[in-house]
Amino acid sequence: MKDVLLNPVLDGYALYAVYAAMALYTIAFLTFVWQLSRLSSTDKKLRKTAGQLEIAGLSITVLAFLFHGAGTVMRGIAASRVPWANMYEFSVSGSLVIVGIFLAAWFVKDIRVIAVLVTGFALLVLGSATTLFYVQVKTLMPALQSYWLVIHVTVAVLATAFFNIAAALSVAFLLRSWGWLEKSKLPIAKLTKRVLSVFPESRKLEQLSYRFNVIGFMLWSFTLVAGAIWAERAWHRFWGWDTKEVWTFIIWTIYAGYLHATATRGWSGARAVWLSLVGFAAVLFNFTIVNLFFKGLHVYSGLK
Amino acid sequence: MSLQSNVSQGDEIRSPKLGFSGWSRWIWSQVTSMRTALMLLLLLAVAAIPGSIFPQRSSDPNGVTSYFQNNPELAKNLDVFQLFDVYTSVWFSSIYVLLFISLIGCVVPRIAHHWDAVRSEPIETPRNLSRFPAYLAKASKRDNSLDAIAESLKSRRFRVKVSKTSVSAEKGYLRETGNLLFHISLLGVLVSVGLGGATSFSGQRVLVEGETFVNNLAGYDSFSPGAWFDSKTLKPFSVKLDQFRATFDLRNQTNVGTPLDFEAFVSLRETPNGDSTKSKIRVNYPLEAPGANIYLTGNGYAPVLTFRDADGNISFSGAVIYMPQDANYTSLGVVKLPDAKPNQFGVISFFYPTKAELKTGAFTSGYPAPVDPLLSMNVYQGDLGLDNGIPSNVFELAVHGLKQVAGGKSGTKPITLELGKSAELPNGLGTVTWDGLKRFASLDIDYNPMQVWVLVFTILAFFGLFTSLLIPRRRIFARKTATGYELAGMAKNDDPRLLGLLEDIAGDLKVRKK
Repeated sequence: MKDVLLNPVLDGYALYAVYAAMALYTIAFLTFVWQLSRLSSTDKKLRKTAGQLEIAGLSITVLAFLFHGAGTVMRGIAASRVPWANMYEFSVSGSLVIVGIFLAAWFVKDIRVIAVLVTGFALLVLGSATTLFYVQVKTLMPALQSYWLVIHVTVAVLATAFFNIAAALSVAFLLRSWGWLEKSKLPIAKLTKRVLSVFPESRKLEQLSYRFNVIGFMLWSFTLVAGAIWAERAWHRFWGWDTKEVWTFIIWTIYAGYLHATATRGWSGARAVWLSLVGFAAVLFNFTIVNLFFKGLHVYSGLK
Repeated sequence: MSLQSNVSQGDEIRSPKLGFSGWSRWIWSQVTSMRTALMLLLLLAVAAIPGSIFPQRSSDPNGVTSYFQNNPELAKNLDVFQLFDVYTSVWFSSIYVLLFISLIGCVVPRIAHHWDAVRSEPIETPRNLSRFPAYLAKASKRDNSLDAIAESLKSRRFRVKVSKTSVSAEKGYLRETGNLLFHISLLGVLVSVGLGGATSFSGQRVLVEGETFVNNLAGYDSFSPGAWFDSKTLKPFSVKLDQFRATFDLRNQTNVGTPLDFEAFVSLRETPNGDSTKSKIRVNYPLEAPGANIYLTGNGYAPVLTFRDADGNISFSGAVIYMPQDANYTSLGVVKLPDAKPNQFGVISFFYPTKAELKTGAFTSGYPAPVDPLLSMNVYQGDLGLDNGIPSNVFELAVHGLKQVAGGKSGTKPITLELGKSAELPNGLGTVTWDGLKRFASLDIDYNPMQVWVLVFTILAFFGLFTSLLIPRRRIFARKTATGYELAGMAKNDDPRLLGLLEDIAGDLKVRKK
């Protein structure tokens, strides 16, 4: 790589765009919460207004997505490269893809109910990215100067996004089929039950989460293989049990277990769904704790 | 182990008396059951965790050494459980070996079963179609509605069996084929990885600019061959490091000192008497030599030093490799002079490519390129312990038992030296001259003949996985009813399009009517 002119000013604007997106996601999140509370209201008139709130929430989310996208693209232009070379950039790009896939899947009616979770999660990710992971725009270290950065990381981002949406659906499923809620007479349980009654039926949620997990698993398999091919080029071996490789393997194995569980008597249903959530917990662990505190070759957070 | 097999094998073995063969059958059915496979998979995931917590000898040998230094007691106990060699440990290996036995036990009968299924006709139409997950009843006055359904199914590439009153069809055999291919390919990956470990080698060599590496055992600084690797098969190529170029950013304020590129310019001679060709090795872009790939894994500075004793005789002259200690290439080098007269001595030295002073008065490096280079040296006098033939680390000086005569608490300041200058050593040890500055490149020379097979099986596994997850295996049945016909469908797995397909088939009939 030859001389690159970084653009810290543009990077500043990119950060402002991300802040704007965060503000909008906050509003969208609150709107969707409001919508859910309307939906679960006992008052028929109030229930009817929920549709308008849904449209409002969607519009704000789209707007937030546009700012989010602008922030990501400007960051890339400021660095003259793909915007996912460190933890801050991966968080921003990754959450963008999550929201993007969710919006693209909006036509699947049953999925809309996780809008609260998706906007909330995007907000959380961007919040930690800007406060904890932010680093000024930097050039690529020689180890990252490879077209595999585009392939391997793009697919990893996509896989994470699919796992994430599946996890949100899984949480919805588990709440929906939680026996305690059915029986309990506590006011909070009653309220939760009313909110949940607007969710799609649990079988539908389970199916949807399965489908997202299947796509996530295929993408994750690709991430693993592309990573191994890149590792052969960069680190002279395709597999060396580096901490990140270990966790990629662990995640792959858990989700493989999940797919087997869905076809195993006594394991399908809630137990399999729990397993997929363990898998997603491992994804989050891999991205946060392993990145920041484990020693290994994947030290790309850019944080000191 | 599979995505689709069920665990019904266990049912038939409930007889009270189990002889030897009965027990072995029972154990076998347990091992090959999906439940066991699932447990083993999850166990494997859990068992992999410690390897990311404790340093591993395979990936981080220095980490293991320092772990032993910091927690000697704990480390000893951990070592008993092979926690520094997790991925070659007995317990980790047993889990994956069991997993693969379970896989074979599950896949082999399924191959036979699938072989039969692929060649046989679709099954008979069951009696009660309305119980199926997807069901549709339509009124129709056509006599030939069944034929039309069969037609429609055939055009959708179903395998169709037509009887007088019903139609039975099946499609998506590739799903199971892909599933089997995936599992067999995983086995192929495992075997190729295992064979690769036995037949490959990995070696390291540090080359200073101007030096040449010749590919034989003596040419390596360290060499780790697989159990079956024969060093006679090393091809006699040689690589000369002509120049090493490191480019650091000076232009962008927030990025100053970040490496932009490392380039090793080399001349490769494929045979001892052959012509040499010029190439460049970069990180991510290894050089392909005969029977080996050469990777650039590290770099640093190698100051050229000359030591003369009090009489002016040269006791050492050459480039010394200094290991970088931080991002700005503050580097540490060691020189041992066992032949110096009248006294042996050793030097621990720091190199600062661009010298900067800390508040404490100590030196550091402010930029990784040699803008204003400086060397500092601490000198230790005494028996270096090299005469007894015990090999010692060239990058370390065991200062125990030596007397420090420059730097530290010796009372004499460490020697500081600028490029091209000479300095007097204390205690009449002579002089040191800094003649020049070279760079070095750390190269990894690797060869794994099975690597291509690992890739081939991985790609096959990929195809298998995608087909087995994306192609639906569907059975469709149709029967004549008093008022028309009924359609029913079932799929092996979750199949969102099943009912839609029945609608489409019914739709085909309407179109044909016109």
